[in-house]
Amino acid sequence: MPIELNGQSIETDEEGYLANRTDWTEEIGKEMARVDDCDLTDSHWEVINFLREYYEEYQIAPAVRVLTKAIGKKLGADKGNSKYLYELFPYGPAKQACKYAGLPKPTGCV
Amino acid sequence: MSQTEAGVAKKFLYVNRKAPYGTIYALESLEVVLIGAAFDQDVSLAFLGDGVYQLVKGQDTKGLEMKNFSPAFRALEDYDVTKLYVEQDALAARGLTEADLVVPVEVVGAERMAEIMESQDVILSF
Amino acid sequence: MLHTVNKSPFEDRTFETCLKFAQEGSTILLIEDGVYAAAKDTAVAMQVQHALKRVAIFALRPDIDARGMQNRVMDGVRLVDFEGFVDLVTAHRAVQSWF
Repeated sequence: MPIELNGQSIETDEEGYLANRTDWTEEIGKEMARVDDCDLTDSHWEVINFLREYYEEYQIAPAVRVLTKAIGKKLGADKGNSKYLYELFPYGPAKQACKYAGLPKPTGCV
Repeated sequence: MSQTEAGVAKKFLYVNRKAPYGTIYALESLEVVLIGAAFDQDVSLAFLGDGVYQLVKGQDTKGLEMKNFSPAFRALEDYDVTKLYVEQDALAARGLTEADLVVPVEVVGAERMAEIMESQDVILSF
Repeated sequence: MLHTVNKSPFEDRTFETCLKFAQEGSTILLIEDGVYAAAKDTAVAMQVQHALKRVAIFALRPDIDARGMQNRVMDGVRLVDFEGFVDLVTAHRAVQSWF
């Protein structure tokens, strides 16, 4: 289902991930979250921006285990744990945050 | 599946023999490695023949409008996949050295590569 | 005659077969994994250098770039883009694809 924003229609796949990564803007990320009833705070954006940087560097969306570890390394142990990340993204930190970040679903997520 | 649930971790070797982009094998192999990394097994990657081309630095796929997946090899460390073996003869025949590759690897001769293969529980060939 | 080769010379005899049948004065265009034959200091470099004395050899630049071979192309092999590929095809009476 495409995302409707400011009179524009942005293409997604059947699970709501952006069809074209280059279409992404912060506004689109916010709109995707709004549809999911998720209010994006600075803590959410910290993870979303981390994922975007990770993808830029390695051209893959990391699996949740890898994300947790890498967040811990970069943002500290209080954030690099499943509890913290699942509280932010109850649908699965890698899966949900990747969607708002305009990235594909992490390889290996079903 | 954790190691305790699964019992002893098995030794998995992914054998990569194809150049990137000309066929889909290289990308498929990498995806299986990334997915399989969730299972906490003892994973190694071997690069033989044209497979060594997967690791060459400087890949730029813009002109082909294909995805350049070589940066993902640098993420393998995050996935606890750190044993990458590259066939010495394959590098030499292609005018390449370890310095031409995107990740640190262990360059091995054919005999050692054969031993590595012999020591595995599961071999997945691409 | 224009010959195209899309297989790596290290895993397959296609390139060698092409050289065997390419007459003096003909043109070979390396594409896809065939472009690895254009790299210098390889096990087939001598063979390619020898061939360059009697045939013209081109390699498709987007395929060279994708494979990280842009700084390894041997002297004498010329690079073409997709437009150049079309020009080569139209400039020759027939095309033999070796694959």
